[in-house]
Amino acid sequence: MSDALTSLTIAQAAAKLAAGETSSVELTDAHIAAMEAHRDLNAFITETPDLARARAAESDARRASGDARGPLDGIPIAMKDLFCTEGVLTTAASHILDGFTPTYESTVSRKLREVGTVMLGKANLDEFAMGSANVTSYYGPVKSPWKAADGKDRVPGGSSGGSATAVAANIAMAATGTDTGGSIRQPAAFCGIVGLKPTYGRCSRWGIVAFASSLDQAGPMTKTVEDAAIMLSAMAGYDPMDSTSADKPVPDFAAALTGDIKGLKVGIPIEYRVEGMPYEIEEAWQKGVEWLKDQGAEIVEVSLPHTKYALPTYYIVAPAEASSNLARYDGVRYGLRVEGGDLTEMYEATRGEGFGAEVRRRVLIGAYVLSAGYYDAYYLKAQKLRTLILRDFTDAFDKVDVLLTPTAPSAAFAIGEKMDDPVAMYLNDVFAVPASLAGLPAISVPGGLSSEGLPLGLHLIGRAFDEETVLRAGQALETAAGFTARPAGF
Amino acid sequence: MTYLIQGDDGDWEVVIGLEVHAQIVSNSKLFSGASTAFGGAPNSHVSLVDAAMPGMLPVVNRVCVEQAVRTGLGLNAKINLHSVFERKNYFYPDLPFGYQISQFQHPIVGEGVVTLDMPDGSVREIGIERLHMEQDAGKSMHDQDPKRTFVDLNRAGVALMEIVSKPDLRSPEEVGAYLRKLRSILRYLGTCDGNMEQGSLRCDANVSVRPKGSTELRTRCEIKNVNSVRFVMQAIEFEAERQVDIYDAGDTVDQETRLYDATTGETRSMRSKEEAHDYRYFPDPDLLPIDLSQEYVDKIRAALPELPDAKKLRFIDDYGIAPDDAGVLVAEQETAAFFEAVADGRDAKLAANWVIHELFAVLNKSGLDIDESPVSAESLGKLVGLIADNTISGRIAKDVFEIMVAEGGDPEAIVEEKGLKQITDTGAIEGEVDKIIAENPGQVEAYQGGNEKLIGWFVGQVMKATGGKANPKMVNELLRKKLS
Repeated sequence: MSDALTSLTIAQAAAKLAAGETSSVELTDAHIAAMEAHRDLNAFITETPDLARARAAESDARRASGDARGPLDGIPIAMKDLFCTEGVLTTAASHILDGFTPTYESTVSRKLREVGTVMLGKANLDEFAMGSANVTSYYGPVKSPWKAADGKDRVPGGSSGGSATAVAANIAMAATGTDTGGSIRQPAAFCGIVGLKPTYGRCSRWGIVAFASSLDQAGPMTKTVEDAAIMLSAMAGYDPMDSTSADKPVPDFAAALTGDIKGLKVGIPIEYRVEGMPYEIEEAWQKGVEWLKDQGAEIVEVSLPHTKYALPTYYIVAPAEASSNLARYDGVRYGLRVEGGDLTEMYEATRGEGFGAEVRRRVLIGAYVLSAGYYDAYYLKAQKLRTLILRDFTDAFDKVDVLLTPTAPSAAFAIGEKMDDPVAMYLNDVFAVPASLAGLPAISVPGGLSSEGLPLGLHLIGRAFDEETVLRAGQALETAAGFTARPAGF
Repeated sequence: MTYLIQGDDGDWEVVIGLEVHAQIVSNSKLFSGASTAFGGAPNSHVSLVDAAMPGMLPVVNRVCVEQAVRTGLGLNAKINLHSVFERKNYFYPDLPFGYQISQFQHPIVGEGVVTLDMPDGSVREIGIERLHMEQDAGKSMHDQDPKRTFVDLNRAGVALMEIVSKPDLRSPEEVGAYLRKLRSILRYLGTCDGNMEQGSLRCDANVSVRPKGSTELRTRCEIKNVNSVRFVMQAIEFEAERQVDIYDAGDTVDQETRLYDATTGETRSMRSKEEAHDYRYFPDPDLLPIDLSQEYVDKIRAALPELPDAKKLRFIDDYGIAPDDAGVLVAEQETAAFFEAVADGRDAKLAANWVIHELFAVLNKSGLDIDESPVSAESLGKLVGLIADNTISGRIAKDVFEIMVAEGGDPEAIVEEKGLKQITDTGAIEGEVDKIIAENPGQVEAYQGGNEKLIGWFVGQVMKATGGKANPKMVNELLRKKLS
């Protein structure tokens, strides 16, 4: 019974709730049981079962009195622990936010609360969302529910690794993620789920612990494309509290899922055929091309000539902004304070102890590229490249409606791999980062399994604020792929 | 009135540029809704944004942008339709974000000019380099506890305008005149209350010296945060002389930041160039650039009040007031308005005299502002009217004014009630004149013998006899006629 409940999609659960075949309390209890049964995955930093049950009961009461608030009312979800949640510990997976319980609710989590979702807990992540494997969390690494033939634990990807694992392991029916340079899409690909990064400005950043302000964007992580559309409709919308949020109407994204992609022009960027890409990635990509072609799409080769500069550009812009965004964690007002003999010692001790190695590395890189004498060579040049990368996409979208690429250059690797080589780790996001720099919507959809039996993701990038086309094409891939594989034991 | 410092080998000129931080008049802070009211309990005007809580984002206060544009227009400056907020990064406990949101490469206001009327009658035009908006920091209190520092974030995030002059100032007097003029313009515009005691107006001075006649710019020192016009002038004087002494000794001035100590009247080193921060400025990705339309700027321009320079010219042209007096009257908008109410339809020069001399004396003595004046503009106007139409003499007017200051009341009623109306009836005055002449044959003889100064004595006697109410001019004329 409870397995049956935890394997439901949002759309399915909503239908059952509407039909009175189940209740939110029942759904929530089943997911809480799954959460407790799979603590070994370390998908959550904070579990909030009491809160979840209370909100589930409220949802059932609303439904009983005919006031149900739509398809998400009563749906149990996981909240990435980067969203500030009123009265619930919020850590960003960092030691430096020890004991920080916000008095406020982020805009996105508030919107999800208002439509009736039930928060199961705060999902684990890479510290301050900096990572591609969810191994930098102060609260320990997250395990993917997927195991390869070698039996070694796999990373779920990152930074939204806890969210991806929770959805893949049927602990949460959906989860929120944030994506700065692939943090929704790459873990979605690694865990065999759907992950959507909306257009920059589509979802408010208010109340999300900032990593890199010009790149951070919240989005849904779900079992299906349809669920992603349902979640996005609730999460998106203009917020006057975020000056960079877009004052645009929010369409009913689920309504865009017509299943019809006849005549859709799909671009294949030639520069994404990177050297040394595993054959099975190339193969999965080719399969995606065929699936779309079979459904009537027109395939066009396009060039994004500045793609090779995207990763270095990203690793200048993101750390630069992070170095400044993280300056507020100084031990003065909240979170961790490690005392020192004087002010400087207090700062050094607090930040030295409070930040993990990867965060410290990025803060240092960021301070370096902004410093006098290096600003022009690094930060300014990166900004110019960012403009060129955006122009590549603008030119491509003159010819095509959507771009198809692999999500990541490999399947999930074993926990512990690539730990001593940050650049190898950064390469995970080589396909995800260009869309982040250009602020474009992009989705990862499961496209099949690797030879080791691990999920591989296909990646669609669309025009700014055209999530509808991205979702429609994503669903076409999903339908053709017929991805039904489950991690062993889940 | 050249200000020169005598060195061992000749005269030195001082070169000064000022950075004035003016708190923008607005109800809420530059990027948050928290109150800007002065004097609240510590940390009572602090929003989540001001405290830099995780995930909090700044949203620009449009009122502050409008105030900055208004100020730029008041300084005859170029308004930059495109400007950008940047982050100035440094750590300090009263700077919650770890950066100050400021403007750097693209300020909202560009070059402008402030005109100074110097006491010697010369006119100096001081260039404005730029004006930009930025956040104020909070306050660190080191004196509340022996071991700990307390932080009050009430000021954190309050909007400031930094107004940077060109290095056009050449003496402490010019600096004083510049600050007073700038303050006056800001107060006219309603963009800064100019209150230096409360820190609404603060000043950093960049000072260097050079041999007289040279055009070079030598190494400068920056004197930080001096909080009164007088102290700025003193600090510059000390600093210029210190630098001349250094050059005279054959040394060179080090570029550094210095603090002025009001108790010793000296400046001392705060940090050297090597210790200067690398602020790592970059555009704030949480905020969009400010893009204004010309229409928006024109609308603000159209609503500008008459500013001191224009008002002064008008006072000189329309009222025929001396330039110095006009300068005094326009320094504060309230004074100018008071004067105009007094002068309305009356003798403007007489009105100016009464405001500047009699009223100011009373206000200065009691430490009152003009809007707290015990005598209203309407009443003072009536008094001036009574003098002008010969109802009372200037001397009697002073008595009436004293009563008005002490007890209040309408001058016309006071004159009526106390019977102070001037005697202008020739017959009545003639009677008194004849009586005095008859009673004092000795003086009459002396006068007629050539001691014409005695006329004053005769006038005094008649005035005394009439209780000061006789029209002095008529008394004078009658006496001269009868004695000749």
